[in-house]
Amino acid sequence: MDMLAGKVKLTQQSVTSAMNPSAALDRPIRIEARDVTVHYGAKQALFGISIDIPDRAVTSFIGPSGCGKSTFLRCINRMNDTIEGARVGGTIKLDGEDIYDPALDVVELRARIGMVFQKPNPFPKSIYENVAYGPRIHGLARSKADLDEIVVSSLRKAGLFEEVKDRLNEPGTGLSGGQQQRLCIARAIAVGPEVILMDEPCSALDPIATAIIEELIDELRENYTIVIVTHSMQQAARVSQKTAFFHLGKLIEEGATEDIFTNPVHKQTQDYIMGRIG
Amino acid sequence: MATDHITAARELSQERTRLVRSGLRRRHRNEAIFRGLGIAAIALALGFVALLFVDMTRKGIPAFVQSNLHLEVFFDPAIIDVGPAPVASEFASPAQYQAADLRWRRELALLNWNRILEASLMAKVPAGTEITSRELLSIPETNARHQLREMFVANPDLLGRTIAVDILASANADNWVKGNINRSLGDAQQQLSPAARTVIDAFEADGTLTNGFAWALFTNTDSRAAPASAGLLGAFVGSLYMMLIVIVLAVPIGVAAAIYLEEFAPKSRLTDFIEVNINNLAAVPSIVFGLLGAAVFINYMHLPISAPLVGGLVLTLMTLPTIIIATRGALLGVSPALRQAALGMGASKTQMVFHHVLPVTLPSILTATILGVAHALGETAPLLLIGMKAFVAQVPATPLDQATALPVQIYLWQGNENRNFFEPRTAAAIMVLLGVMIVLNGTAIYLRSRLEKRV
Amino acid sequence: MPATKDHIVTSYSDELVALAQAIAEMGGMVEVAIENGTKSLLKLDRDLAERTITADRQIDEMQRRIDDMSVSMIARRQPMASDLRAIITAIHVAQDLERVGDMAKQLARRSLKLEGMSLQPTFYNGVKNMTALVLGQIKNALDAYSNRDAAAAIEVCNRDDEVDAMHTSLFRELLTYMMEDPRNITTCTHLLFCAKSLERIGDHATNIAERAYYLQTGRQLTGDVQELHRTQIKA
Repeated sequence: MDMLAGKVKLTQQSVTSAMNPSAALDRPIRIEARDVTVHYGAKQALFGISIDIPDRAVTSFIGPSGCGKSTFLRCINRMNDTIEGARVGGTIKLDGEDIYDPALDVVELRARIGMVFQKPNPFPKSIYENVAYGPRIHGLARSKADLDEIVVSSLRKAGLFEEVKDRLNEPGTGLSGGQQQRLCIARAIAVGPEVILMDEPCSALDPIATAIIEELIDELRENYTIVIVTHSMQQAARVSQKTAFFHLGKLIEEGATEDIFTNPVHKQTQDYIMGRIG
Repeated sequence: MATDHITAARELSQERTRLVRSGLRRRHRNEAIFRGLGIAAIALALGFVALLFVDMTRKGIPAFVQSNLHLEVFFDPAIIDVGPAPVASEFASPAQYQAADLRWRRELALLNWNRILEASLMAKVPAGTEITSRELLSIPETNARHQLREMFVANPDLLGRTIAVDILASANADNWVKGNINRSLGDAQQQLSPAARTVIDAFEADGTLTNGFAWALFTNTDSRAAPASAGLLGAFVGSLYMMLIVIVLAVPIGVAAAIYLEEFAPKSRLTDFIEVNINNLAAVPSIVFGLLGAAVFINYMHLPISAPLVGGLVLTLMTLPTIIIATRGALLGVSPALRQAALGMGASKTQMVFHHVLPVTLPSILTATILGVAHALGETAPLLLIGMKAFVAQVPATPLDQATALPVQIYLWQGNENRNFFEPRTAAAIMVLLGVMIVLNGTAIYLRSRLEKRV
Repeated sequence: MPATKDHIVTSYSDELVALAQAIAEMGGMVEVAIENGTKSLLKLDRDLAERTITADRQIDEMQRRIDDMSVSMIARRQPMASDLRAIITAIHVAQDLERVGDMAKQLARRSLKLEGMSLQPTFYNGVKNMTALVLGQIKNALDAYSNRDAAAAIEVCNRDDEVDAMHTSLFRELLTYMMEDPRNITTCTHLLFCAKSLERIGDHATNIAERAYYLQTGRQLTGDVQELHRTQIKA
């Protein structure tokens, strides 16, 4: 684990945030959601969700299975558009712009909001190609040297470069689970997004790989706004500064992570995090 | 007491084991029966396939060997009494040279080259044999004279020289040598005269007549006048053109149609209707496509009859449903995770399909294409209806020329009256066709495994 | 509301209940120790004093047990919210109770030192009253803790003024006795120290009450009280 040892650098920010984790919530609001509803055909999945996502902090969505947290996450980058029969109501604003505005190009939105999925899904191409694909289709690189630069820096930021630097042309699917997930993170970063959405990114990984990804999230939040859906409360408690609890399609409670986990207001939240029969 | 608990548990477990064991014998027996039935079914199926191959091979192998005559041909100036070949430099203009050349060739064509042939044959006939000219000329193939003439035209310096030439034996001679015709039959039922038969035996004895590999089968076009030299080249090229047309047309159209139906078309009654129809089209008898081709391509669009282009178009229509269905199946098999990953990166739908989904489905599409083409290769009925049932003796230069196809050629040879000669030849042609199919299938398997390994 | 058996994993609920019962048991032992300590002092009962002193070992043992249970539950259960507060406060309350037990032991020790001396009935009353008050505080604090009653906890904290007042008056009374008759000085000095011990027990009771408030509300009592005072002053 030398790789982890090398990463321990106490920046002013990390000391401050360790002493006062909820300071993150004073940051400006990046994403504003108001009264978001989602219908899949006749069935309603989300009932009027309103929440603010702070800039350059980690916000986690927790809740039991089927509570709508993943559905809401997928509204933020309009991935629900790809599902037949899905209707989204309410407004979601990124930096003040309504993302469901017909004038807004979905492809551009998805370049600004990246996504990492539950099961690592690298493209069946080489590692280099996986990371280079995004910048290439969005025209972010002017030359091959530029593209190389982007690929290397993304892999570095994802903490994967040292492990794969001599095999960039090997298929991405040949890596271990944890490495594949970091490759997916590198791929998402390569496009230079402002927000990264993560849908249960560690649920398919072993504890060591999970810890490596959590460390990565800690580093990434200095530069990116991160929203993570997780079914592990302990992970939400470790990794996020703001937590929102969903239940049966409704947002029950949201607030600073340490408040939610030491002194939640609603009984439903309490019962869930304490493992009680509600 | 604790021990009572343990004994009770043990008894329970023993009872359970007894129950399981009593049913085990029956289950194992059922499994063995099922396995036996499976093996029997496979053996039966393979047995029939083996029977087909063995039968064809047995009949066809002899046709790969043909009798050749090795003659010393003297280009007798007495017989070839035309002037020297015109030289281009002697004439004022190319047109004049061509006219002179044409005249010279015509003069050569009018000569009786059979006399030269006869002379070289007589040289090899054992002394004292009584044989007429016609009988003698029934031994080599009838187009041998053309062969000699072509040699001379190509090389006029042969005048007055004697060179060794290999000439194909005639079909009847070949039958006699191979024993395809019953030697004990009387003269009335034999195709060759007794004298000719004796000479053939003599030729075989002294090495004038040998059996060699039947290159004619592969390098010549079909022939009715000279059956021994009938070959598959024309049919081959015709089939090749048609296969190329099928690949060039059916694959892009089929793949594009499948992609549109699967990825882009909105789910509606109309698309369901189209899907049902495509599935049904795959089961339509191929002769119906032939009728369609005759009606549309030949009657309405006035494309040339019996052209590989028309045949290719008809076969394309036939192969299209197969490719569409296979491509759709492959597209459905692509994991949604891959699509989501691509879309999440900000790829547009088209980019997602062409950069990510299609490469993954390429092995399946390739296999379906090659299998479709191999299937189309063997189709006869639709080709008959667009006019490819005629006898065509030249290699088609373009897909618009008249041509024939391998299966049609087989059909035509099967109908030839010289059964003794054409029976094995047909079998040989079938073996060639099967061989092409095996090669195509092998290519499909090889390419597929290569592509899958790369991914 | 006490911790109910309603966790999905019932063994978790059982462990929390066991922890609460351990605190209650320790509280009971400590209450008995205070009573016996004072009784042995006032009756100058040597036997009782010695038994009280030996019994303190069991109180210490209880504290260690509660500590171990708490650490084990934190490691294995990753407790959240009120479960976490319950376990952390259990550690604190056990510490406070252990200190109270030590105070009771000291009372018993003093009685051994007073052996052979005479104690006037007038001296008793003050100490008896103070003991009763302090015992009541401990009982109420522990009840507030096990019942998670924030209001009762505030009560206990408020009554601490009474304990302080009683200590001050007892102090003055004993000074008077000492000034009256110098022969009383030794006895009264010992009694002064006993009064101090009792006052400190009262402080520990307040601590326990503050933990009970924190357990129930998740907020610190002193902060809330200061807030309350500020608003009251403003009003």
